[in-house]
Amino acid sequence: MDYILEMKDIYYAYHNMEGETKALEHISFAIKEGEFIAIVGPSGCGKSTLLHLIAGLLEPEKGLIKLNGRYLRDSSTSIGYMLQKDELLEWRTVYHNVLLGLEIQHMMTAKAKAKARELLGAYGLEHFADSKPSELSGGMRQRAALIRTLVLEPDILLLDEPFSALDYQTRLNVGDDIGQIIRKEKKTAILVTHDLSEAISLADRILVLSDRPATIRQTVNIVFETPHLTPLERRNAPEFKNYFNLIWKELNPDE
Amino acid sequence: MNELSQGQVRYLNQHKKHKRIVRFSRAAILLGFLFLWEFTANVGIIDSFIFSSPSKIALCFWGMVMDRSIFLHVGVTLFETLTSFALVILFSLLAAILLWFSERLSEILDPYLVVLNSLPKSALAPLLIVWLGANRTTIIVAGMSVAIFGSILNLYASFMTVDPDKLTLIYTLHGNRFHALTKVVIPSCVPAIISTMKVNIGLCLVGVVIGEFIGGREGLGYMIIYGSQVFKLDWLLMSICILCLIAMALYALIGSIEKWYLRRF
Repeated sequence: MDYILEMKDIYYAYHNMEGETKALEHISFAIKEGEFIAIVGPSGCGKSTLLHLIAGLLEPEKGLIKLNGRYLRDSSTSIGYMLQKDELLEWRTVYHNVLLGLEIQHMMTAKAKAKARELLGAYGLEHFADSKPSELSGGMRQRAALIRTLVLEPDILLLDEPFSALDYQTRLNVGDDIGQIIRKEKKTAILVTHDLSEAISLADRILVLSDRPATIRQTVNIVFETPHLTPLERRNAPEFKNYFNLIWKELNPDE
Repeated sequence: MNELSQGQVRYLNQHKKHKRIVRFSRAAILLGFLFLWEFTANVGIIDSFIFSSPSKIALCFWGMVMDRSIFLHVGVTLFETLTSFALVILFSLLAAILLWFSERLSEILDPYLVVLNSLPKSALAPLLIVWLGANRTTIIVAGMSVAIFGSILNLYASFMTVDPDKLTLIYTLHGNRFHALTKVVIPSCVPAIISTMKVNIGLCLVGVVIGEFIGGREGLGYMIIYGSQVFKLDWLLMSICILCLIAMALYALIGSIEKWYLRRF
């Protein structure tokens, strides 16, 4: 079986002078191309650490990470990472923010620039290309951040609570927007969130993590009777409530 | 314009009045001071040989304009100040970047920088004369010595306050530490760099004047020392007045660079 990402028995701990804090233990899972995975768990359980490991920002103390069958270090699989906040640089225009990754990776070809323009147009930002980020609403900023990631054409997209900084209504809309964008671009995505309904509305499969040190408590496959529902439509589907209760119980076993 | 409410008109008038009072008071203090100085010197309340007077200073200035010697002295001091300022900016930026690249190096060097920064730099001037000779290089180095250590510490401190999430962004885009420096740290620190420049330009002038005191053949610092030795206090006080004007002009120069930058971004 070909997996785009394999994690095998990952262990990671934070160290400081007071001692060691275990963050992740015995984490193993695999993802196929095109899958949308959500990782939920109590806050502070090490979800973001997991994404940092996949992105290569941290190295696991034990365990293996393979991308398309090759070790992370030798892999040419490109990984896009969308952070919690949009982190748009205020001294650049929206367009030049979108180009930041291309600049860094020396990929400023005419084709890449055209792609950036096209994505800005496709996601409703064409009139704001030359604006400063401060002129954009929270949802637009988040879309600009997504385009900055997508223009690098990543094979795997990591989303680290990308909607948590938004107010509730914007959050639903942007979640719906971005969910559809990712489906349309047929990206493999891993979403980390503490919001159950967000996870259920977006993902094909949900990994439920335990409290620290995080282990995988359960994997839930999300299947809706009607296929290709948008995230907002999923929230109204009858299965939604059942999944919610199932995962809720999993996260709160004592109640 | 005629749509303004009465309250808004009253507010605008009050604001204008406030500005007028500030401007008027500033001018009044200067003119009053000059008048008092001139008056007391003329009627003999203060000794105009020791305290000079505005008119004597103006005459002295005019005389030096006529024989062109003033341009030499002002030019030399300006040149030395601007050169040492440019070198301070260049070297302190390079040093701060180096420290930013290696946190270990900055931890190692921290006590030395703190000591060098708090050391009274005028104590170094005689040493510089012995080492480098009584020439322009010494004066420029004296100017640099006053500003550079504080400048390094300030710039490094502002580099370190850059939002760590912005650096993470660069790393998630597969950038390295050099990209973090050029794409995030330097651009976000431009305001801090400009405000460090504002402090430095004044400090360089201080250092240059100290240098000219002991090692100069030309320049305003030399005129001050020479004036005090031959008791030509017109020279001395005129040089001080010119130094005031130079300090103001240099500060205003950096201020206008700052304004230009803020308007652009």
